[in-house]
Amino acid sequence: MVEVTLWGSLGAAAGGRNKIEVEAKDIRELFRKLSEQFPSLEPWIDRGIAVSIDGTIYRDTWSKELPEDAEIFLLPRLAGG
Amino acid sequence: MAGIAVSTTINGDKVEYLCHPDETLLEVLRDRLGLTGAKEGCGTGDCGACSIILDDRLVCSCLVLAPEAEGRRVETIEGMAHGDKLHPLQQKFIEHAALQCGVCTPGFLMAAKDLLTKNPNPTEEEIRFGLAGNLCRCTGYDKIVRAVQDAASMMRGAA
Amino acid sequence: MTVNFDPRYLKREFQSVGTRPLRPDGIDKVTGRARYGADFNMPGQLVGRILRSPHAHAVIEKIDTSKAEALPGVKAVITAADLPNLTDGDAAMFDVLDNCMARRKVLYDGHAVAAVAAVDARTARQALKLIEVEYQVLPHVTDVDEAVKETAPILHESVFTEGTETRPGKPSNVAKRVQYGHGDVEAGFAQADFIVERSFKTEQTHQGYIEPHACVASVGPDGTADLWVCTQGHFVYRQHCAQLLGMDASKLRVTSSEIGGGFGGKTHVWAEPVALALSRKAGRPVKLVMTRDEVFRATGPTSATSIDVKIGARKDGTIVAAEATLRYSSGAYAGMWAELGAMTAFACYRLENVKTVGYEVLVNRPKTAPYRAPSSPQAAFAVESVIDELAHKIGIDPVDFRIKNAAQEGTRSSYGPIYGPIGIGPTLEAAKNHPHMKAPLGPNQGRGMACGFWFNFGGQTCTDLNIGMDGTVSLAVGTVDVGGSRASLSLVAAEELGIDYSQVRAVVADTSSLGYNDMTDGSRGTFSSSMATISAARNAIKVLRERAAQMWDIPVEEVIWEKGHAVAVGEKHGNLGRLSLKQIAAESGKTGGPIAGHSELVADGAGVSFATHICDVEVDPATGATKVLRYTVIQDAGKAVHPTYVEGQYQGGAAQGIGWALNEEYIYGEDGRLQNAGFLDYRIPVCSDLPMIDTQILEIPNPNHPYGVRGVGETSIVPPLAAVANAVSNAVGVRMTHIPMSPPRILAAIEAKGSG
Repeated sequence: MVEVTLWGSLGAAAGGRNKIEVEAKDIRELFRKLSEQFPSLEPWIDRGIAVSIDGTIYRDTWSKELPEDAEIFLLPRLAGG
Repeated sequence: MAGIAVSTTINGDKVEYLCHPDETLLEVLRDRLGLTGAKEGCGTGDCGACSIILDDRLVCSCLVLAPEAEGRRVETIEGMAHGDKLHPLQQKFIEHAALQCGVCTPGFLMAAKDLLTKNPNPTEEEIRFGLAGNLCRCTGYDKIVRAVQDAASMMRGAA
Repeated sequence: MTVNFDPRYLKREFQSVGTRPLRPDGIDKVTGRARYGADFNMPGQLVGRILRSPHAHAVIEKIDTSKAEALPGVKAVITAADLPNLTDGDAAMFDVLDNCMARRKVLYDGHAVAAVAAVDARTARQALKLIEVEYQVLPHVTDVDEAVKETAPILHESVFTEGTETRPGKPSNVAKRVQYGHGDVEAGFAQADFIVERSFKTEQTHQGYIEPHACVASVGPDGTADLWVCTQGHFVYRQHCAQLLGMDASKLRVTSSEIGGGFGGKTHVWAEPVALALSRKAGRPVKLVMTRDEVFRATGPTSATSIDVKIGARKDGTIVAAEATLRYSSGAYAGMWAELGAMTAFACYRLENVKTVGYEVLVNRPKTAPYRAPSSPQAAFAVESVIDELAHKIGIDPVDFRIKNAAQEGTRSSYGPIYGPIGIGPTLEAAKNHPHMKAPLGPNQGRGMACGFWFNFGGQTCTDLNIGMDGTVSLAVGTVDVGGSRASLSLVAAEELGIDYSQVRAVVADTSSLGYNDMTDGSRGTFSSSMATISAARNAIKVLRERAAQMWDIPVEEVIWEKGHAVAVGEKHGNLGRLSLKQIAAESGKTGGPIAGHSELVADGAGVSFATHICDVEVDPATGATKVLRYTVIQDAGKAVHPTYVEGQYQGGAAQGIGWALNEEYIYGEDGRLQNAGFLDYRIPVCSDLPMIDTQILEIPNPNHPYGVRGVGETSIVPPLAAVANAVSNAVGVRMTHIPMSPPRILAAIEAKGSG
C-alpha cells in the first residue's frame, strides 16, 4: 500500500482530490490502478509523468518498484533547457 | 554568367572568384570558397562571428562587399595555424577551455590576433574592450580573457 | 540495471575523473574545421526560405502561391496544405505543427505561413515577395497582465482555463491554473511579526545562442530521408519530424552537427519539418538557415512574468508563511511554464505554510521554449527580492536569514516531495565565508546575494563502447555535446577501464547508429551519458576478463580487472601476471571477435541542485548604468568530472543571468510587432560588461550516480536576476521590481525616490 499525492495540474485532473491510497508494487501497477479510479488522469499518464519516490524524482519507468510505505508524488513531466 | 571577377589573396594564396555586386565577403568565403570557419551569427555586424582581417584591419566580413576584396589581403581562421602547428592563441584557447560550443571562437581568435598585433601587452581592461565586438553566449568571457593574457605572455616571451 | 552510488567512492582516488585534460573537439573548433548546422552542403541542394506573418494576430483568408511557383528557379512552394494533420489527437504535437506553419490563424509577428525552395538565395527571396497572402487582421494582446483581462482578444476559442474549481463558461487566454503548497498560509501570516508583500515583472528574453537554426534536409523518392541539423536532441527531432511528415522514424536519419549554443532553444522543431516538406516536394535537398531576425521573432523565447509575493516571518527570523501568485506568458500556445514557476519559487526553503498559484497565459508572441532552468529564474527573482527586503526589515543578515530557513534533508519541499541530501546549506555557508563578502564597497556600490534551485533530469540513454584491436577505445554517445561533454565522458570511460584518457575517443553518433537518446537538456548530458558509459564500460570489462581467461586457459572467476589490466588471482594462477587491455585487444580476433560493451538504460534520480551567488555592482546615478564589479558562483556539482567544464557552466549561466537582469528584453510595439529583433538592440553582455567570474564547486555526492555526479548546466542561471537586483537595490536605496533593470528604469527609480 502506498500513499500517492497528486500535485498541481494532476490534482486538478483527478477532480481536486490530491491524496490517494493505492495498492501497487511498481509504477506500472500504480498507473493502471489510478487510471481505473480516475479516467481523466489517463492522458496525463500517456504523455509522461514524473514520479517522486521518497524525495527523488524518477521517470515513469514501469518496472520501478515502489517501496512499502514510500511517499509517492506524481508531478507533471518536467521540461528543461 | 553575369558577375564581377575578383582577384585577391586569402591566407597567402592567390584566389579568384566571381560574385554578384551585392554579395558579401562572408557569403563568398562560406558558399563559394568552402571556407566555413567564419560564421554568420547575425548578418548585421553586431556579433563578430564573421570576423576576418582585411589588410591588417579587423572587419566583420558580413559588412564587406565581396568585390571590395579585390587586390587586398584576406586572413581567415583557416590560415591561423601553420600546418600542424597551432598559433599560441589557438593553443591557449584550448588549454584554458575558452570555448564551449565554439561557434564564436574563430571570430574571437581573429579579434584577439588583431588586438595582440597592435598591443602585445594589453591590460585586462584593454583586452575586454578590444574583444567587445565579439559576442559569446556560453563562457561569460572569463576564460577567454585568461587565454588571451596567457597567449600574449607566451608571444612576448618568444619574441 | 540500476547503477547506484557506491559510498566507497567518497574515499576513492579517481585517476581520470576530476582531472582537466584537453577536449577532443578543441582543435577542430579553434581551426574552423568543426562543422555546424550551416556548414554542411549536399550536391544539388536548394535554398529554403520562409514567409512570415507581419501581423500579431490575424485570420489567413487566402494564400496564392501561383506567381511564386511560376518564377524560374523555384522548385517548390509549400503552405500548411502540404503538411496534413497527422497528429492523431496529440494536442501538443498539433501545436508544434501549427507553430511550424500556420493553418488558419497567425498568432504572432513572424509566424510562418509559407515556404519556398529555389536554386539560390536571391531567387528564394524574390519568390517570397510573389506569394500573396490575404489577412483579416484581428486585435492582439502581447502583455501578460493585459491578456488575463475580460476584455482581452482571445487567441484560441477552444481554450478554457484548466484547473479551476468550476468549469469556465467562456474561452480565455488563461490556459491553466495550477496550485502547489502545504499548510495554512492564512494561519501562518497571523503569526508573523513582519510581512513583506510586493509585485514584480520580468520581460521576455531569448536564449541568444550565436548560431541561428540551420539544417539540410534530403528526402528521397522512396521516402527515406537525411537531416543534418544543429539540435540538442537529434533523436527527438527525428521522432517529431517523422510524426509530422508521416514518415517511419527508422527511414529518417538525423545527424547532429556541432551545435553553436542551444540552452533549451534547440529542443524543439521549427524549420526542420518545413525543410523536409520542401525537399519532399522538390525532390532535391533543401538547406534552410534562419536569419538572426527570424531567430528572435520566430523561435522560442522565455516567458515574460508578473509575480506577486508575500512572505511573513517572526522576529526571531523564522519564516511562518510564504505565498506567491505567478502569471507566466507562454506565447501563442500553452506550455507548463507557470507550473514550473509555481514549483520552483520557494524550493530553497523549509516552510510550514506555503502556497503558490500559477497561471499560464496566452499572448500574441512566439511559442515559449525552455531557457536553462526554465521559469525558475523569474520566480527566484521575485522571492529572493522579498527575502532580502524581509531580512532587512527584521534586522538580520541576509545570508543568515537564508541559512536559518534553508531546506535540508527531510524538509518537505514547496512542490511536494521530501528532500534527500541536498546542497543549499553548504552553498550558503560557503558564501558566508567567501572572501567576496569582505571586499570593501565604495560610494554608489551595493552587494546582493541570492539562492537558486533546479531539478535536473535523467532520461533514456544509449552508449556503445568499442575496443579496437590496437587497444584504443571508441565511445559512441547519443547526447549532443553542448559544452565539452565528450571530454567528460572520455574521462569516465578511461576511469572505469583504468586506461589513459588519450586512448579514448568519444563521438556523438547519428540516429541510425544508436538507440534512442533523450535530448541534452535538463542538465542531463554528462549525468545520463556518464551513467550509461560506466555501465557500458563495466560490460566491456566482463568481456575483457573472459578473453583474458581464455588466453590463459583458466576459469574467468579467477580473473579480476585492475588499473587497466586483467590480473590472474588465486592460489593456482596468481603467478600468471597481468595482461593489458592492449594485449587482450590485439588477440581479440582469435578469442571471439570484437570486444565491446553496450548500455541502454533510463538514467534516473538526477538529484536537485542548488546555488548561491554573490554580486557587487556600482550604479552611476547620473545615467542609471550599472557596472558589475565582482561576481561569485557557488554551486553543488555532486562530483565534477571535468572541473574546468563545470566552471564554464557556472560562469556561462551567470553571464546570461546578468544580461537578463540588466539589459535583455523583447520590446513589442503598439502594433504587436517585435521592435528589437537583432543583437544591436537586444543587448546581451559583451566582454567589457563583465568582470572575472569566480566559481566554487562544492561536491555533495548524488546517491543515485556511481560517482555522485549531479547535473550542473542550468542552476547557475537561476540566482543572478535576484543577486543583481538585490545588489542594485542596495546600491541605489530603492527596491527594484522590474527586470531588466536597464538604465532608464534605474533612473526612474532614483528619481521617484528623490521626489518621494
